[in-house]
Amino acid sequence: MANVIIQEELCKGCGLCVRACPQRIMRLSKTKLNSKGYHPSEVGDPAKCTACASCARTCPDVAIRVER
Amino acid sequence: MAKKLMKGCEAIAEAAIQAGCRFFFGYPITPQNDIPEYMSVRLPEVGGCFLQAESELAAINMVYGAAGAGARVMTSSSSPGISLKMEGISYIAGAELPCVIVNVMRGGPGLGSIQASQGDYFQATKGGGHGDYHAVVYAPSSVQESIDLMQNAFDVADEYRTPVMILADGILGQMMEPVEIRPAAQKKEFHKDWATTGFDPQKSARPRAVVNSLYIEIEELEELNNRLQQRYREIEQKEARAELYHTEGAEFILCAYGTVARICKTAIALLEQQGVKVGLVRPVTLWPFPSQALFDAVGAPSVRGALCVEMSAGQLLEDVRLAVKNEREVFFLGYPGSRVPAAEEIAGKILQLKGGC
Amino acid sequence: MAVVFEKTPVLTDTVMHYCPGCGHGIVHRLIAEAIGELGLEDKAVGIAPVGCAVFAYRYFNIDMQEAAHGRAPAVATGVKRVLGPESCVFTYQGDGDLASIGAGEIVHAAHRGEKITVFFLNNAIYGMTGGQMAPTTLLGQKTTTSPYGRDKEHSGSPLRMSEMLATIDGAAYIERVALNTNANIVRAKRAVKKAFETQMAGKGFSMVEILSTCPTNWGMSPAEAMDWVESDMIPYYPLGVLKEV
Repeated sequence: MANVIIQEELCKGCGLCVRACPQRIMRLSKTKLNSKGYHPSEVGDPAKCTACASCARTCPDVAIRVER
Repeated sequence: MAKKLMKGCEAIAEAAIQAGCRFFFGYPITPQNDIPEYMSVRLPEVGGCFLQAESELAAINMVYGAAGAGARVMTSSSSPGISLKMEGISYIAGAELPCVIVNVMRGGPGLGSIQASQGDYFQATKGGGHGDYHAVVYAPSSVQESIDLMQNAFDVADEYRTPVMILADGILGQMMEPVEIRPAAQKKEFHKDWATTGFDPQKSARPRAVVNSLYIEIEELEELNNRLQQRYREIEQKEARAELYHTEGAEFILCAYGTVARICKTAIALLEQQGVKVGLVRPVTLWPFPSQALFDAVGAPSVRGALCVEMSAGQLLEDVRLAVKNEREVFFLGYPGSRVPAAEEIAGKILQLKGGC
Repeated sequence: MAVVFEKTPVLTDTVMHYCPGCGHGIVHRLIAEAIGELGLEDKAVGIAPVGCAVFAYRYFNIDMQEAAHGRAPAVATGVKRVLGPESCVFTYQGDGDLASIGAGEIVHAAHRGEKITVFFLNNAIYGMTGGQMAPTTLLGQKTTTSPYGRDKEHSGSPLRMSEMLATIDGAAYIERVALNTNANIVRAKRAVKKAFETQMAGKGFSMVEILSTCPTNWGMSPAEAMDWVESDMIPYYPLGVLKEV
């Protein structure tokens, strides 16, 4: 079981994690907005996550933590 | 202790080493090449580091890095090279770093001459680089004094966390005089917990060190500036120095520094022979300027006027006029470029003033 | 639950000011991780540049110095000569800092074989000042000071710093990497570590050139910018090891 924890307040909605995810399960939230006005990213389909941490490694704001 | 015949530049370098300087970064430029050359021999002997940088600009930035890492460090150059260093010196002042910078002045402006001048007074004392800052400026007048002031220079730099400049000239740098290198009476210890020596969050007794002059928040920059200004007021109170030479009962007061002050002393002797009493106020610190000493000397009842003599078009002159205020008229004998005043010329000017007043 | 990835303590908690999708944050993290993994935290001193990364001293939990524009290699030289071979001194510079105003200092640091590590962030533009042409701007690339596209006749071809510095004897390790794919990020991390190891082994000057992005001044989204690195930058700035002794 993989757990991807995104610190929404640090996210700048850059979308690099969305681009990097090999499973294509990352997306920018359509509904949430953080206090800076960005749509933070979220894991669209947690069951498909393999904890490869590609999202975390490309995140320029080190906003993602990955556990398995 | 036996005296040794030493060239000004070499004495400056040796005195720096005696004062604990172990790092020198510089670049060749006449007439101070003896300083880096001497350092290249001596520093390895004492386990220090000499590096000829790719330019004066690189050298001052190496000084910044070394000073930031806690070392006693020095650079030297001459007028055009000092101009190149100005950005770096402003950074050193803004980052509150200690260091010593030696300027062996030559003629300017521009490429100028390779002979002595006193044309860098404004640059040295009014900042030179950008922003509100000062370097403490010492103006030795003999090779012995250059040596004696060097210990001061490093101590003052460390005590106040400020750049210190030794303003010499090509004559002082190249002349040879018998000197004694006297060890410092008391070696001061400075604990530099602000230096970037390596930080372990678990073990370090001090906070993480950041050496920096960037203060993007206006309030923080104002705070830095207030801190610097406070320090400068303290330096003005405690570190201003001047030599008073034959000022008692003098009819005229000469004001000059460095090599020109020596020539003034000869002029004073010549005038003495003719029964004219003339004194000299010789600033030893150009910044802080010994305004009070000059004001008191020129304001004495016997004094009829002051004569400022310098190898420039009138830079020291402005500080003399500011210090003397309305006490007496300040006359001027200036030698811009590199022509050296003759003692007879100075004496002649006094006699002319005496006749005229 | 085992931790697969978490933030290294060698980065401070200060929120980074970089634009969304900027490569600086990634590279800061790689450097910080490498310092931690090599146990160099209390040996490391970083020199911050003038450029977007001017506040780099806020983000690394190590002693740092802020250098004047272009002079970081000289400042690093001063630090390294004082602290000695046990220390790990690195500079972090952009393309204006390193390849323009600092062109003299970087050449001479390599020339002296200065045992420092240089991280050269090449994003083919001047970011902080609003998108002017850099020595590394590509031919035809439009910037605020090359509005018609960089013209070879007018301002020369882009400068390949890694190739140039690799010709210098004192350079012990130079590699060019990129951040546009997961695999490239892994390779970049490896290069960062290798550069530090080169320094600690006393071999000489080490540099990692990292092809990075400036989405804001390129006028692209972060994802598009990463794609542009692949389509336009890598062909001109090939990845790989340029020098290794």
